[in-house]
Amino acid sequence: MVRGAALVERVVVGAHYGLRDWLAQRITAAIMAVYTVILLAMLIGGAPISYAVWQDLFTQGWMRVATLLFATSLAWHAWVGMRDILMDYVKPAGARLTLEVVVLLVLAGILGWTIQILWR
Amino acid sequence: MSNAVPGKSRPKYLSLPALLFEIRLPLPGWVSILHRISGLLLFLSLVWLLFMLDRSLASEPGFDAMRRYAGLLPVKLALLVLVWAYCHHFCAGIRFLFLDLDHGVDKATARLTSVIVFAASLALTAWFGVRLW
Repeated sequence: MVRGAALVERVVVGAHYGLRDWLAQRITAAIMAVYTVILLAMLIGGAPISYAVWQDLFTQGWMRVATLLFATSLAWHAWVGMRDILMDYVKPAGARLTLEVVVLLVLAGILGWTIQILWR
Repeated sequence: MSNAVPGKSRPKYLSLPALLFEIRLPLPGWVSILHRISGLLLFLSLVWLLFMLDRSLASEPGFDAMRRYAGLLPVKLALLVLVWAYCHHFCAGIRFLFLDLDHGVDKATARLTSVIVFAASLALTAWFGVRLW
């Protein structure tokens, strides 16, 4: 009995964040796709884009939240994607780590900047 | 393989010429690698795009300046490339979501959906291009 249970038990090795990242990339993709369609519908269906129309769109409460959700999704999605690319093509550990840090800093900066733009 | 030793199959290494001229990537392969390239392109242009969004929302003169800036030929062409990158990444991404759900995995359907992705992303790029030009 004991032996049987031991055989069935799986030995999980590694950091096992793969599934979470894989899933996060897909969920964030879906969020961004929905936002894209809504934004396009607003822009195409609305009045010709002047500064007033443009600014009005991005100062509405729901649009601020939706855009922040989009930016957060984008940062997460891009992090998973860029990390995949770096893991595939940049083999020296030091160079890869450096580039990963750069990507993270850029994405964090972009997120902060987006908040600044939206709540000005 | 004219210089190959007779009777001995030598390992073939990937090289740029091999990738460009010898290895014929099937259509779904092109969708895949272009999905990666377009994603990288979009990441690299994030700061630039956000800069334009920032300026265009900051003030009316800023908006007008960005409209003029986006009208410059090199900027326009770069934006058109990014529009294509977004459209391709979007369409190919939806295809990959369906593949993840085990839809369209057989060869014939996978080929067909690849054609659809290319056709849709190029048509969308053309449509946005005409509208924005």
